[in-house]
Amino acid sequence: MSERARFEIADQPPWRMSDFLLRWETVLFALLVVVIIGDTFLSPYFLDIDNLSDATANFSEKAIIALGMALLILVREIDLSVAAIIALCSLAMGLAAQAGAGAASLVVIGLAVGAVCGAFNGVLVARLGLPSIVVTIGTMSLFRGIAQVVLGDQAISEYPPQFESLGQDYFIKWPPLHLSFLLFVIFAIVFALALHRTAGGRKLYAIGANPIAARFSGIPVDRIKLGLFVLTGVLSGIAAVLLTARVGSTRPNIALGWELEVVTMVILGGVSIAGGSGTIPGVVIAVFVLGLVTFGLSLINVPGIVISVILGFLLIGSITLPILGRKFVTSLRSRREA
Amino acid sequence: MRVTLATSANFIAGETSPILSLTGVSKSFPGVRALHDIAFNLEAGEVTALIGENGAGKSTIVKILTGIYAPDQGEIVVGGAVRHFASPRDSWAAGIAAIHQETVMFDELTVAENIFMGHMPGGRFINRGEMRRRGSQLLERIEADFDATAPLKQLSVAQKHMVEIARALSHEASVIIMDEPTAALSRTEIDDLFRIVAQLKSQGCAILFISHKFDEIFRIADSYICLRDGEMVGSGLIADASEADLVRQMVGRPIDQVFPKRDIAIGETVLEVEGLSNPTEFADISFSLRRGEILGFYGLVGAGRSEAAQCLFGMSRPTRGAVRLNGEPIVIESPGAAIAAGICYVPEDRQHQGAFLPMSIRENITLASIASHVKGVFLSRSSEREATRELGRRLDVRAASWEQTLGELSGGNQQKVVIAKWLAVRPKVIILDEPTKGIDVGSKAAVHDFIGELAEEGLAVMLISSELPEILGLADRVVVMHEGRIATTFSRGAWSAEAIVSAATGAERRA
Amino acid sequence: MSLLLRHRELALGLIIAAMVAGIGLYAPAFISAANIATVLNDTSILFMLVLAQMIVILTRGIDLSVAANLALSGMISASLAQHFPHLPVIAYIATGVAVGLALGLFNGGLIAGVGIPPIVVTLGTLAIFRGLIVVYGGGSQVNASEMGDVFQNFPNLTVLGLDAVFWIAAPLAIAFALFLNFTRTGRNFYALGGNPLAARYCGINIGRQLLLAYLVSGAVSGLCGYLWVARYGVAYSEIASGYELTVIAACVIGGVSIAGGVGTVPGALLGALFLGVIVNALPVMQVTPFWQMAISGAVILAAVVVNARVERRGGKLILPEARRSAGAAK
Repeated sequence: MSERARFEIADQPPWRMSDFLLRWETVLFALLVVVIIGDTFLSPYFLDIDNLSDATANFSEKAIIALGMALLILVREIDLSVAAIIALCSLAMGLAAQAGAGAASLVVIGLAVGAVCGAFNGVLVARLGLPSIVVTIGTMSLFRGIAQVVLGDQAISEYPPQFESLGQDYFIKWPPLHLSFLLFVIFAIVFALALHRTAGGRKLYAIGANPIAARFSGIPVDRIKLGLFVLTGVLSGIAAVLLTARVGSTRPNIALGWELEVVTMVILGGVSIAGGSGTIPGVVIAVFVLGLVTFGLSLINVPGIVISVILGFLLIGSITLPILGRKFVTSLRSRREA
Repeated sequence: MRVTLATSANFIAGETSPILSLTGVSKSFPGVRALHDIAFNLEAGEVTALIGENGAGKSTIVKILTGIYAPDQGEIVVGGAVRHFASPRDSWAAGIAAIHQETVMFDELTVAENIFMGHMPGGRFINRGEMRRRGSQLLERIEADFDATAPLKQLSVAQKHMVEIARALSHEASVIIMDEPTAALSRTEIDDLFRIVAQLKSQGCAILFISHKFDEIFRIADSYICLRDGEMVGSGLIADASEADLVRQMVGRPIDQVFPKRDIAIGETVLEVEGLSNPTEFADISFSLRRGEILGFYGLVGAGRSEAAQCLFGMSRPTRGAVRLNGEPIVIESPGAAIAAGICYVPEDRQHQGAFLPMSIRENITLASIASHVKGVFLSRSSEREATRELGRRLDVRAASWEQTLGELSGGNQQKVVIAKWLAVRPKVIILDEPTKGIDVGSKAAVHDFIGELAEEGLAVMLISSELPEILGLADRVVVMHEGRIATTFSRGAWSAEAIVSAATGAERRA
Repeated sequence: MSLLLRHRELALGLIIAAMVAGIGLYAPAFISAANIATVLNDTSILFMLVLAQMIVILTRGIDLSVAANLALSGMISASLAQHFPHLPVIAYIATGVAVGLALGLFNGGLIAGVGIPPIVVTLGTLAIFRGLIVVYGGGSQVNASEMGDVFQNFPNLTVLGLDAVFWIAAPLAIAFALFLNFTRTGRNFYALGGNPLAARYCGINIGRQLLLAYLVSGAVSGLCGYLWVARYGVAYSEIASGYELTVIAACVIGGVSIAGGVGTVPGALLGALFLGVIVNALPVMQVTPFWQMAISGAVILAAVVVNARVERRGGKLILPEARRSAGAAK
């Protein structure tokens, strides 16, 4: 073996423009630019800063959960119960509000219930080894079902004004930013740094790439998964606080269907459903793409359910085009080499 | 077995036209020329060994013969007719069957369904009675000790191989390809397999036998074909060849198979294990390990060595037992704790259990020791690069850059990266589980040399191996396990191959 | 086949029987012939949807769009009746099936043809199909009075005390059982889900099998679309909202493994029956329907835990004493 020349191994491959351009995040960003331009033409109300800020309120709550969901999908798990956790947290806060609790206690209760629900999911998945998709389908029914049992078809709307202002008023006066958007931005930065720059983040990628090898390499897979479910539960709790404050009431069907929108944000963001790949910046861009498409269309009075058709096509199209594109490129390349 | 008319006619007439013949077969993938101008014949009633290093192209040939790939150029002639295989179905129809290294079967279905999946008997509806009957017939023919209605998941690996053979026979195959079939078999099971091979030979099948184990090749094969870097570099009768000849053809140069045992000063006791037990897998495992020592763990496949080692590594909790590291008692609760204590375990299946194929070489190498690259809160890329460079060079990893995805590297290089990951932890004790399994002759010697190097540096090495020459060549002492317990411990100079094997098969048991 | 499998379905059957008996003690009206007929009639649509979903899950896939498919197919079938109320009922049924089939083709084409993961595709089509109802109808709904008698009477025809829906579901179940156990294509689904690589080596055309699975799922959803709309007398965008989860839950309870390759027709039917009995029992027990969701959720979780216990293999049996005691247990 010593006869073969020792060759130098580069630290990094040469940087190619095409590598950067073909990245999911770049394409998604281009899409975002297209969406913004399109929306500007679509409606004169689009570039109004107050409108935009209010629009962020609609997606920031889901986006906060999407950050946690991204990590879960990265490690090959999923949590379909996040919307139901919101319902249960909201119920807990509503009952507490009826009992006279103040804004601070309500927030704590919301987060605590979220954490407990997340822990429940986590124990079933990480400790008992059950598949997360069916477990969270079950807890989705269970959590929202509890809310339904307690509330029936009633609603709770007695919330203290300081609590409601968390969701309704601008947290910062200029630029006018809602608390939910601010929290999303902060969390996004924290999550991005944590995932892409810390040892913990590296471990998450390893679990997603090969869970068995991760275990053999000393990574505490079960503990990490449990932690991620609790995290997602807490994030759902935060979303519950913000949403309940914003709408000022609790009903059993609060946040109905949100889990699918959150998953859409994550998958559109380039996180592979098979685990092991994806970035936080990608999810952030996807959040904006989805949010601004929704906002733009709602400005011209397209009904919500039709908007979801467009979002459905967006999701499928965004996954299909790269696959077809890759097949096209590979067939070109092999034809060239033959 | 109903041999196809053409073959039986040939057989009777004494013609020597081969059952299978390849001419000018070539196959390329983007950037890689896997096969170039391959030509060989397989004769009825003969076993032809296909040898070559890992990556020489053996599995590509198998995939072409079984219809998974189509050759870019060249012809495949079966039974006198030129064939094109658009899918595995066509290959079955032509009478070619393959038994793969890892049994590629359906655990949740019955034996009969496994045998006949893809060609179940019956008209519009499956005739299950017929399926069971024919399945039982096939199993009887190979003297299987289980029933056609048994669920596959209840069978052992050796029994599953028999189901695969039955499946090959069910296709009335005239060509049977066996790809490393003995990898997970015990001695008696290998004998059973060879008995079946002899039977198939006498019935006129042509067998293509792929193996790294020369003792088996010399035992069972009539002729051989040698591949190197995608080209045929030799062929001939086994009777005319020696092992050295074959190795030279495979590797292109003469090689010392086993490096001489290094003379290493063995130091103080590092690890002491006492009475380690688990309800179903092993009991009363006690041994000690010293610095610079290579402790072999020999036994039949399934003796419980890996299970005991994994328990030591923290993958499972023992019901009883004590472990002392450098004299201090220690409880290892998880692999993370084991690594922190300086114990490493390199798994048997390095690809599935050790490699993170979508991640870069650097990320793979630094993974088990990632905490050491944290500066403040964040990871230091330069610290990682340094460690990667050092270990990658030490193990002679071949790649374009350290950021290259591990999946793009050759199998051999992937294994090196996995081992590098463990060395990065700077362990005191390293457990190697079948380190040369699946590694060809050319690289095996290098791995042995490397193990010697580790011991020289002062590591305590636990070498789990099912290859006796490897143990005899490297180990200072050997612990022989049988059915979950330690049968005997031998020391170098006071052992013999026969004694070790007897202990492993349970013939003797000395306290 | 192993006793273990029999075990699971037997156990589920016994549990259902025990439930029925228990409720019957509390409210004898529950086990009257009329009520049993009601349970079977009400659960028939779920029976059919569960069988179709089972085939999809066998292939390691999932179809989250079944309820949306059902709603859209039902809507189109109903609007056909709205405009042409005097066609033979077979025309309405065929329309429902055809629309469902076309939607299933869309799913199957993306999953089998392009290779997109099923959860992603059906997540998208879940929104698309339901949204198309509004695009198609402009948000309006079709009421019972607009559907015509031919359209609505059919599902309610009673033979031997059971409605037409049951008499469609029963032969369909038998057909599925025959298909999955006695045809090659049927067994191929088990192979595909059990070990896709081995299935390929056996010459099974994976793309074709996957496409077939989603076509079947779509066609059955379409059929159930007509039945649902005709039975309940209304068609609008929110019908059967969330029902896909009920279907999947029934599969899981019935022992269909989400990992693929495992599942039987009797098991799936029992899973559906289980949920059907609960839904029917709640009003009888004077429990508000608000409990339904929570109970479903608890039951799913229990089923998953139990299934996992059943499937779990203990450590390898290496020690001779361990093998002996396991052998004795067998």
